[in-house]
Amino acid sequence: MHAKLRLYILVILIMGFGIGLILYKHFALGFPLLPDDKKAVWTIEARIDFTARGDPVIVSFALPPKTPDIVFMKEDFASPDYGFSEVTSPTGRRAEWSKRTANGLQTAYYRLSLYETEQIVPTQLTDDLPAEPEKPEFDEVIKTAAITLLEQVHGRSANTEIFTRELITTLNSKAPSQNQSLLLNEKSSEDYKTHLIINLLAMEGISARIVRGLYLEDGRRRQSLINFVEVYIGGQWLLFNQNTGIHGKPENFLIWQRGDQSLLDVVGGKNSQISFAIIKNVHSTRNLVVSDGMNKQAGLVDFSIYSLPIEQQNAFKMILLLPIGALIVVIMRLLIGIRTSGTFMPILIALALIQTTLLTGIIIFLTVVGIGLLIRSYLSRLNLLFVARISAVIIVVIAIIASISIISNKLGLDQAMTVTFFPMIILSWTIERMSVLWEEDGPREVFIQGGGSLLTAVIAYLFMTNQTVEYLTFNFPELMLVNLALILVLGQYTGYRLSELYRFHSLERRNASGKR
Amino acid sequence: MLLASAKKLRSLGIIGMNQRNFGLISRYNPRHLYPLVDDKLKTKLLAQKAGITVPKLLGTVQYQHDVKLLKEILHPHDQFVIKPVKGSGGKGILVITEHDHSLYFKPSGDSIQLAEIERHVSNILSGLHSLGGKPDTVMIESLIQLDPVFSDYSYEGIPDIRIIVFRGYPIMAMLRLTTHVSDGKANLHQGAVGVGIDMGSGKALHAVQYGKSISHHPDTRKTFSELAVPHWDKLLQLAAACYEMTGLGYLGADLVLDRDQGPMIIELNARPGLAIQVANFSGLAPRVAAIEALKTIDLDPKLRAAFSKTHFAADADTPSARQLRTRSNDP
Repeated sequence: MHAKLRLYILVILIMGFGIGLILYKHFALGFPLLPDDKKAVWTIEARIDFTARGDPVIVSFALPPKTPDIVFMKEDFASPDYGFSEVTSPTGRRAEWSKRTANGLQTAYYRLSLYETEQIVPTQLTDDLPAEPEKPEFDEVIKTAAITLLEQVHGRSANTEIFTRELITTLNSKAPSQNQSLLLNEKSSEDYKTHLIINLLAMEGISARIVRGLYLEDGRRRQSLINFVEVYIGGQWLLFNQNTGIHGKPENFLIWQRGDQSLLDVVGGKNSQISFAIIKNVHSTRNLVVSDGMNKQAGLVDFSIYSLPIEQQNAFKMILLLPIGALIVVIMRLLIGIRTSGTFMPILIALALIQTTLLTGIIIFLTVVGIGLLIRSYLSRLNLLFVARISAVIIVVIAIIASISIISNKLGLDQAMTVTFFPMIILSWTIERMSVLWEEDGPREVFIQGGGSLLTAVIAYLFMTNQTVEYLTFNFPELMLVNLALILVLGQYTGYRLSELYRFHSLERRNASGKR
Repeated sequence: MLLASAKKLRSLGIIGMNQRNFGLISRYNPRHLYPLVDDKLKTKLLAQKAGITVPKLLGTVQYQHDVKLLKEILHPHDQFVIKPVKGSGGKGILVITEHDHSLYFKPSGDSIQLAEIERHVSNILSGLHSLGGKPDTVMIESLIQLDPVFSDYSYEGIPDIRIIVFRGYPIMAMLRLTTHVSDGKANLHQGAVGVGIDMGSGKALHAVQYGKSISHHPDTRKTFSELAVPHWDKLLQLAAACYEMTGLGYLGADLVLDRDQGPMIIELNARPGLAIQVANFSGLAPRVAAIEALKTIDLDPKLRAAFSKTHFAADADTPSARQLRTRSNDP
């Protein structure tokens, strides 16, 4: 019992570990499980212009907060001759450029590349609790209008969330009542409206704050931040669009700043202006995750194949496919019962096929082996010692390959040039074995084993060239553990091979008729 | 139906390749004992020590430069067999039945030169026929004389009897008859006829060629119904004795009947194939299970042979596969 139990425990451990790693990489590090997963990467450029007056200049600019659902790939701060520092304060990150003296038109740039992850962020019971709302000081007329409006809205709503929404929609209604017109005078800016909403909510004892953000749209230039209102309801902050009253963060909306701090402070300058430009790029998710992992030095990524130089990585792409080939061979031999010449020769043929493409590869293989067998049958008449003969076969194979290359080149068949990808020693051994097989067991056996090898190779090739398989083996080398576990289980299979169902089929018939 | 159902085969007790490798070979054949049977020279010496008759050894060639001596070794013998010591599946065996100065004749009547024999010998020496291509030794044996019993049933070669011995008990037997297509070789792959033999009487049960049932020899046209292997008890005892000789729990003993010397062992195999089930039209599993169910193993090969003769005879009431499972699926 013990040996078998131990094996199964081992298999479960290996498989669990492998699958666990894969899931960890998928869910925690964000590796996509399928290859063609693309992600939009937004590059946002904030351009700050101002005119300096010859005095010391300090430019302080609010930076977007880092949240778990957004990955900042790269942040650049550029401004010639300015000193720069990034300041983190309780109200958020700020960039500070400074210079002893500056004159004339000045420009500072802040560039940010980011992408959204698919991580579901648990609705945070935030630790940034709201301050007690301050009762606003309105003059008497407006105060009355406000109270009337609030009462109307209050009557129409059941809870704070609906109340907020109703309030915003009422303020935005196309046919404003007198109260509304009074509250929102004609010149009201977006900022004014935001503060009005916050103040009105404060009168009801509801905490709210301003949120500035940016709609991410490809190719937009000269954009400015849009105001939203965030209301503290039931222990969490809810975002409301102040023009529609719709609740929730819109898609492709980047929250830049929360709270009433200024977006931009310029000391020693005037006419300061800020504008945003947005570009969208599409990147494969894997690349993003890998570079993110490298930046964060996530152990699993940092100590992985990705840390190797690109050239070695490509080599590994190939090597990591081999276990798939091995699995195919195990299945073909143990479950199907196909006879191959040489246990793992099919994998080597499959590797060569990857280089040459399928059809060309098979034609070349058959040509070389065919010609090789002919020449080998002549060599066998020359009475050579075994080692000398196989060496002679190697040279013959090289000659065949060289002539195929030259002839195909002259004929303009570029594809046949790939013949050099076939491992020559393997080809020579194949020829030698096949020819011995031919002499001893006849051509039938040669075709069975040769065909079996080629069939296995083609199936292995189809799997190894499958994009998904290639992607998975390279990006989830942990799959090797799963593969190993499968092979260990297959090693226990004592049932019939498919070929045996054919081999013994006459037995079944005979016994059936015998019983009748 | 081209494919049998796995369930049906299991109920017939047919053992498949995987089960053979896992449940029989790796369980009952310790690896370190393989050289005893993979090296035919060792087997021969072992058999001689155990008092089992084997073909006479005429000479060996171990080194390439000794190939020159071949002529002297062969000179006194008219008939001989050249074999690789570590060959498998009958590969590399050259049979010479006649010798005329520089010409040597194969059973088929083809003549070859000494040079060709020398090349064959050096091929063997460099490992062409050995497992894994290891350097090999050549042995030259006396030729077995066809027993007249088989003269109607074989073509250009000597038939042999394969007996599967499990834990010392012969459990299944098959007679392999040479044919024209098999080129005088008793190899089922190459077209030799496999005849299932009744363990109880030594009489032929069924015959197959290339996995298909046949009723008479394809070359001599003789029907198998009258075929019975003589010296059957002796053959079973010889096969059973191979267990003590080698220690292998699952082995295939290849025996022949020599006209003059009677039954003798020519080869042992630690990985006997499964074609014997097709020739017998029955599976190995029930018989394996029956032996596995035995508490003790008789120490006397004769008693074991007698046990098999009564229990595995065609008309004996063999327990069905359902009643007895092999241990191969147990841990």
